Amino acid sequence: MTTLEANPMTQTTSEVLLEASGLKKHFPVTKGLLISKVTGWIKAVDGVSFQIRAGETLGIVGESGCGKSTTAKMLLQLEEPTEGTIRYQGDEIHNATAEQRRAYRSSVQAVFQDPWSSLNPRMRVRDLIAEPMVINLNLSRREMQDRVAKLLNDVGLSSYHANLYPHEFSGGQRQRLAIARALSVEPRVIVLDEPVSALDVSIRAQIMNLLMDLQNEYNVSYLLIAHHLATVRYMCDWVAVMYLGQIVEYGPTKELFDNASHPYTKALMNAALPSHPDIEQEEMILTGEVPSPLNPPEGCRFHPRCPFVMDRCSRDIPQVTELEPGHVVSCHLY
Amino acid sequence: MTTSTTENTSPVVLQVDGLKTYFETRWGTVRAVDGVSFDLRRGETLGIVGESGSGKSVTMLSLMRLIPEPPGRIVDGQILLEGQDLVQLSDKEMSEIRGSQIALIIQDPMTSLNPVFSIGNQVGEAIKIHQDIPKRTVVQQVLDVLRKVNIPAAETRVRDYPHQMSGGMRQRVVGAIGISCEPIVLIADEPTTSLDVTIQAQYLKLLKELQEASNIGLIFITHDFGIVAKMCDRVAVMYAGRIVEMGDVRDIFNHPSHPYTEALLSSVPKLEEDVDRLYSIEGQPPTLHDLPPGCPFAPRCQYVMDKCLETYPSQFDVSDSHYAACWRLE
Repeated sequence: MTTLEANPMTQTTSEVLLEASGLKKHFPVTKGLLISKVTGWIKAVDGVSFQIRAGETLGIVGESGCGKSTTAKMLLQLEEPTEGTIRYQGDEIHNATAEQRRAYRSSVQAVFQDPWSSLNPRMRVRDLIAEPMVINLNLSRREMQDRVAKLLNDVGLSSYHANLYPHEFSGGQRQRLAIARALSVEPRVIVLDEPVSALDVSIRAQIMNLLMDLQNEYNVSYLLIAHHLATVRYMCDWVAVMYLGQIVEYGPTKELFDNASHPYTKALMNAALPSHPDIEQEEMILTGEVPSPLNPPEGCRFHPRCPFVMDRCSRDIPQVTELEPGHVVSCHLY
Repeated sequence: MTTSTTENTSPVVLQVDGLKTYFETRWGTVRAVDGVSFDLRRGETLGIVGESGSGKSVTMLSLMRLIPEPPGRIVDGQILLEGQDLVQLSDKEMSEIRGSQIALIIQDPMTSLNPVFSIGNQVGEAIKIHQDIPKRTVVQQVLDVLRKVNIPAAETRVRDYPHQMSGGMRQRVVGAIGISCEPIVLIADEPTTSLDVTIQAQYLKLLKELQEASNIGLIFITHDFGIVAKMCDRVAVMYAGRIVEMGDVRDIFNHPSHPYTEALLSSVPKLEEDVDRLYSIEGQPPTLHDLPPGCPFAPRCQYVMDKCLETYPSQFDVSDSHYAACWRLE
């Protein structure tokens, strides 16, 4: 596992597991009940490219409506992309055979935000955790039991918990169950959609540390969807900042946090709460709200809220510029 | 109890003394708030920090006298709002004070606004109830207060329904209801948890401006030390129904003296620097109907001593404006 301090050149040596290029998802807006007519398109994700490397964590940050969850859903094959490709270990998954798709589904798992609604309340823990294995692996009862016990141990619970129901657990413990369930089929990538934001403050660190320990142990990659920047800084090797369906800045975590370049990234960092009362923050409070993705602004999508807006921002779509190796930004300032 | 004397010398508007709010449940008596004392001056911001089940929200509901009775009851203590004890008031007397002198901003604007009434109607309700003024003046006041919370085109938005507004706008409307009768104490219960970061920054700035403009005493109920760092002058940290540490915001951040505060502060990832590994507090917050006799944090505490398991610690002064309830300070 590479550390945060590792320079981006050495980071690029680990194998690219999952690669998205030019990913788009447009949802139709329809009118009329019986004879429905498409009146417009919501461009939830509009041309997003990134790579997830083996054993590393990519974080996607952005506000609600920026398309980060839709991106995650496309990776999980819960949504079909309108355009663009997802490659897993070099193979495009949309042209894959049914057999390859099945294999892909078991190697990309998910942990969701709310452990109160993501676990079936009528199933015992042992069945919850075993369910992905029943579907994807051909194991005997005995092997299954042993695996469940080991997984429970790995996530910091005990094997006797296997007989209980989800309601007998606290929020943090439930999130541990969800993690055990995701790990059960030995995935290569886990999509973590806001994994700690529904938990109590004193429990969040437990779960974050657990996720990082498991990453080392199972050599699994994470795609972390989060809105809390400090969490992203703590957990991720790479960060992508999204705004209105597009990635505006992308780079290695330390580089991106130390040299945030896109005005939106800077604004997000200034808006984030300080960790000490003596930390002076620049006054850079964005006015207005995120425009509707139904009718995104022309040119650079951030220009109506940007404090550094220039004439060309409302006309031309900014090109992607590489500032440092791996650190890219799309903004006319560069 | 110590009071802040250094910076803020304005008069105390709210004094809470030994507040105890218990709930009778089938598992026994739940001591949700068990002897909470603090005071609040004009123009001051007090943060009450705690996790779920720490009693911070029940404290807030007790101050507003909104505890559902039964099963809940304020069993002991005083809540003095400018010298008047709110605990002793009848329901009718309290409803005259609630909303006009002490007001509340609730956390979830999706559920705290009524979907079938227009914004103007809901903001005007509090004004109509508390002030005997003609309808035209009410409309004028509603527009004024909507402008105060920076709602653009207030004249047209006043006829909108909650679903026509974004989350940030709705939260502003809830804020407008809170300040509509110019309260002297405003309680904000996690007002920004459902907002995006950039919208949260806008809203916090707005609250600060409103407070400074009318010199309101503001109580911030939150679980987020970031909000405390940004907004508050003083902090009370709650655990299992009691205040375990209280002091000026800088004292708390620089010299956390209760192990719980110390652990909480070091378990939060920081935006400004890399942290190799976060400290993580083991275990869960305790269940309130079955508290151990000693310090409720003892089972999770890294400095636990024998005494901690037997007797609840008394309060020890760390400085003039800072105390903590921990035997280590004895």
